Amino acid sequence: MWSRIYALFVARNLEFFRDRSSLAWNLLLPIAIIFVFAYAFNEENPEKFKVGLVGPVPAEGPAAVFRATRFVKFIEFDDVETSLVKVERHQIDLLFEPGTHGYWINRTSPNGYIVEKLLIAAYAGSGETPGRHLVEGEEIRYVDWVIPGVISMNIMWGALFGIGYVIVRYRKFGILKRLSATPVTAMEFLCAQILSRLLVLLVVNVVMFVGMDLFIDFRMYGSYFDLLVVFLLGCINMICCGLVVAARISSEEVANGLLNLLSWPMMFLSGIWFSLEGAAPWMQKIALLLPLTHVTAAARAIMIDGAGLAQVADHLLVLGVSSIVLLAIGARIFKWE
Amino acid sequence: MSAILQVSNLVKRFGALTAVDDVSFSIREGSCFGLLGPNGAGKTTTIELMEGIKTPDSGRILYRGEALDRRFRNEAGIMFQSTALQEFITVREIMLQFSRFYPASYPIDELADRFSLHEFLNQDTRRLSGGQKQRLLLAISLINRPRVLFLDEPTTGLDPQSRRNLWKEVQQVREQGATILLTTHYMEEAYELCDEIAIMDHGRIIAQDAPDSLLAAHFDDVVVQLHAADIPRELGETEFQAVYRNDSAHIVTGDVNRTIAQLLQYDVPLDRLRIRARNLEDLFLELTGKELRA
Repeated sequence: MWSRIYALFVARNLEFFRDRSSLAWNLLLPIAIIFVFAYAFNEENPEKFKVGLVGPVPAEGPAAVFRATRFVKFIEFDDVETSLVKVERHQIDLLFEPGTHGYWINRTSPNGYIVEKLLIAAYAGSGETPGRHLVEGEEIRYVDWVIPGVISMNIMWGALFGIGYVIVRYRKFGILKRLSATPVTAMEFLCAQILSRLLVLLVVNVVMFVGMDLFIDFRMYGSYFDLLVVFLLGCINMICCGLVVAARISSEEVANGLLNLLSWPMMFLSGIWFSLEGAAPWMQKIALLLPLTHVTAAARAIMIDGAGLAQVADHLLVLGVSSIVLLAIGARIFKWE
Repeated sequence: MSAILQVSNLVKRFGALTAVDDVSFSIREGSCFGLLGPNGAGKTTTIELMEGIKTPDSGRILYRGEALDRRFRNEAGIMFQSTALQEFITVREIMLQFSRFYPASYPIDELADRFSLHEFLNQDTRRLSGGQKQRLLLAISLINRPRVLFLDEPTTGLDPQSRRNLWKEVQQVREQGATILLTTHYMEEAYELCDEIAIMDHGRIIAQDAPDSLLAAHFDDVVVQLHAADIPRELGETEFQAVYRNDSAHIVTGDVNRTIAQLLQYDVPLDRLRIRARNLEDLFLELTGKELRA
């Protein structure tokens, strides 16, 4: 069995790495992503400071003076409780409640220190003293938050289309038919495809990870081994999704449609680009059904919060079980012709 | 000798079309069996059912008395009518891949020598000519030293020289003891290679025997062939029941002397006259009323 899997694995690898145009595409896309991100997150923002406001600002008085400060972006929030996390993670520099004259800053935030000085200056001579509250927490930039998602997305595209298209093409041109006339079983063929794609995804994403780290220097608190486990499981899961799609189809157009139907909802609903925390409950439930949600969440927990495998075990369980189920379905409904 | 492959009451339908309609036959070990018929007769469906590529709607196929199983897969060599190979892979790599599928396989260099593939071994399979690709596919089908070899129209699209070379290879394989099942619509090919043939039409076998026995059983006459321009159509058709095909008129007769004497009576020029024995092509026409490559 292993010699047959190995034979197919080697052949597929040779085919992939020699197909220059496809190889270039697989490497250029991540490089393009790195540059877009490096550019997007290195740009200087003219509004250097961000202040959260809870409740209305009176027309006159020290709060109104502070509100009129130029080059500070004011963002309104509903209540103090839920907005504190923004201060903790340095997403805003200071949170201010004009009604109580209370404010919250993060002691490790340099911007918070400066905005606090501005606030105190606005209150000087007014007879009122703003009430200071300290918040703990380290900075999390959007780029730190989004990078686990970007890698997940890259895995999704590479796995779904890399596997789906190849198998459909093999079927369309009768390559599968020829293999079916040998002792190779469907499971052996599929395993070889999974291993070959896994190798490609691993190489491409390691290149992308290192590249992004060089340009952006994002946050990585967990263990690299744990992250590798999560992404490998994610790769296997996405590949198995691709296998199910490609199990019977012999038209590239149909495969393209189905793969898009699968990938675009994941692109927006699995928390790659924005958090679904505030979204409608039904949307959050749908998101939990998407495997990519679990890849992104587990990777984010490891990279940002320094979580270990035990803390993301529920995500890993979902990914592992669904991979086995998808592979079983894929092998069961697989057709050579 | 015993039957290596046995087919009984095989039926395969595609929607309303019955491609294989209650077909039964058996193939002796070590023989070359030919399935003959025009395009659409059901040859390829029959051979693919026997290869285990398609499953029959009903009927049974036995290999050495047992259903097609892993042992059959290991011992069968298959060459399809047309096969695409993985791209960006060299001839040597593709042969290596197939050789790894089997528990025992032919050394690649030996096969390459035998099929004159040596100079292309490191060439991408996409850059092979038709004849070279066909040789490679035949080599691949032999890579596991098969006991039974399936060849589906192996010489279609080849030039006459490549066709004859392939025939030589097939004969060699047979001499080494393999059983061969061949489909073709070239009568000459069937006559040259096969010990036994089955003629198929509309999914059924309409005649089956050794080629010479089939001809002897159906014909005791010969064909007198003239150039169509030498014998006016009206005269030919009324007096000689001649059949006009392309540029020639064919007169079937059991008494050549009498026919020639008659032709001389009508002053028909005999410079381009040919007399030939009845062949499988005639037999097919006789059995089905149509020409093989129509």
